[in-house]
Amino acid sequence: MPDSSPDAPDSPAAGAAPATDRAGIELINVTKRYPGQKTPAVDDVTLTVPVGEIVVLLGPSGSGKTTTMRLINRLIEPTSGKITVAGRDALGLNPTELRRHIGYVIQDAGLFPHMTVATNVGLVPQMLKWDRKRIADRVDELLDLVDLPPDQYRDRYPRELSGGQRQRVGVARALAADPPVMLMDEPFGALDPITREHLQDSLLHLQDELGKTIVFVTHDINEALKLGDRIAILDKGSRIAQFGTPQEILLNPADAYVEQFIGGGQAMRLLRFSRVADVPLQQVPEAAPGDDADAVRDRLGDTGFAVVLDERRRPVRWITAANLDGVTGPVGERGEDVADPIRGRNTLQQALETLIQSDHECVPVVGRGGVYQGTVTLATVQNAIREMRRTAERAGAGA
Amino acid sequence: MNFWEYLRSRQELLVFETWQHASMVFQCVVAALLLGVAVGVLVYRSPRLSGFATGTAGAVFTIPSLALLGLLITPLGLGVAPSVVALTLYSLLPIVRNTIVGLNGVDRTLVDAARGIGMGRGRILLRVELPLAWPVILTGARVATQLAMGIGAIAAYVSGPGLGEQIFSGLGRLGGANSVNMTLAGTLGVIVLALLFDGCFLVIGRLTTPRGIRA
Repeated sequence: MPDSSPDAPDSPAAGAAPATDRAGIELINVTKRYPGQKTPAVDDVTLTVPVGEIVVLLGPSGSGKTTTMRLINRLIEPTSGKITVAGRDALGLNPTELRRHIGYVIQDAGLFPHMTVATNVGLVPQMLKWDRKRIADRVDELLDLVDLPPDQYRDRYPRELSGGQRQRVGVARALAADPPVMLMDEPFGALDPITREHLQDSLLHLQDELGKTIVFVTHDINEALKLGDRIAILDKGSRIAQFGTPQEILLNPADAYVEQFIGGGQAMRLLRFSRVADVPLQQVPEAAPGDDADAVRDRLGDTGFAVVLDERRRPVRWITAANLDGVTGPVGERGEDVADPIRGRNTLQQALETLIQSDHECVPVVGRGGVYQGTVTLATVQNAIREMRRTAERAGAGA
Repeated sequence: MNFWEYLRSRQELLVFETWQHASMVFQCVVAALLLGVAVGVLVYRSPRLSGFATGTAGAVFTIPSLALLGLLITPLGLGVAPSVVALTLYSLLPIVRNTIVGLNGVDRTLVDAARGIGMGRGRILLRVELPLAWPVILTGARVATQLAMGIGAIAAYVSGPGLGEQIFSGLGRLGGANSVNMTLAGTLGVIVLALLFDGCFLVIGRLTTPRGIRA
């Protein structure tokens, strides 16, 4: 069984779920009933985790969120229902084999204390029978990815690391065989607030690059709002009280239970937890250093300025009509350098801060590889909030 | 003849008996280690079976060594066979018990992590549970060795090999020539061997415990 499946996703190419299949993970009418207990621990749950998204299972202890997550990699066998992972029927696979292709991160990292960092990270590739060289290269690559210089950390033992470093190694271990899907069970729960914040940012940054399908379990509403593309708020028996984006949940809580769970202060939270990627960006004229000044001048139009992009489409300078006065030939190095761009993953609050401190009225937004996507202005933020409210009111009235 | 003269005159015999004693203890403890760890691995996940295994080993333990050796004469005769069987049986208790305690002492979240990343039962046992339980198991073997050293001396009662011969002959003709010297030589020999073996265990422990879990 182990090596027979032709599409075993241990190579990056095979690891990505087919583009046509938008469900990274699917639970359909899944129930888990423990013998001798009246009510099921997980009661008829149906949940779809879209490919490349972080879905947070949020709920108080006893809501069955961890149980629900552990059903996905079959650490707990469901009593009934159907589960698919990356397009494959999870219940039809050998559970051990299935788990090797699902990253698994737990609280306190669960590193093996008698193995070095490198051995810990290389465990899954080793089980998948990669050769030594490939494992060693992969381990170094991953340690770099989680900001632990391999030369310094490779041969250390877990007890020689801080809690935050251990959790980074835990994430590296989960990523080792490049699984399309990751499960994270309160991974940052035992860390101090500053380290936790830092690791959350790192995770979002990683996710920007890797685009994994992630199920993240937490009881911390702020963590959920920060990390989740979507949040499932769970009640007893893993009943999904609401499933939606952070905005939808903040603006339009489905019921009293959700409302009580998220508490007050929605307007500021919206800024803190809405992402730049979720608001419509403002497009401004573009130019390249090699473009002819006359052509650029024509392009400026009413905007009065353009953003100059380098050969890899990364924003470098603003150029205004004044900069181009009397210039002929290529625009070259004219204009003012742009401030540090913000990313789609940044929150509106961060965007607002950058805008307030910036000399320019707009800030460029970049995506993967620093590629320019558009700009944000104060008006963009304001409109976005207004639009969110309006949508929510409409949805609320419709409901 | 004073003690030193006695040692010198019986040098060859004493070295041979010491070697026999050491070799017997070593082999019995190794056998008990293999058997004990196997039993421990088979039962540790069930509290009932664990209780049964430690209970049985404990029951054997309560039989006085002289009586057990005597009882073994009927089926096994005299000499090496009853000695080795008795020594191995006595060595089992600390090893089985420590194997069970050691394996159960492994942090459950680590076993969960191991399952979660796709390790099978056997691999978890070999790569996670046994290495982490190893220092405890080794302590069991160390206690077993000390026990076997002492009980090994009594094996001379069934004509078993080792230093017990000196002690028993000495005690048998108390008052006679060299009786004290013989008893003393046998006893001191066992003590020296016990200390030597204990030293070996420290070295083995150091060499076989990964740096990450060394105390």
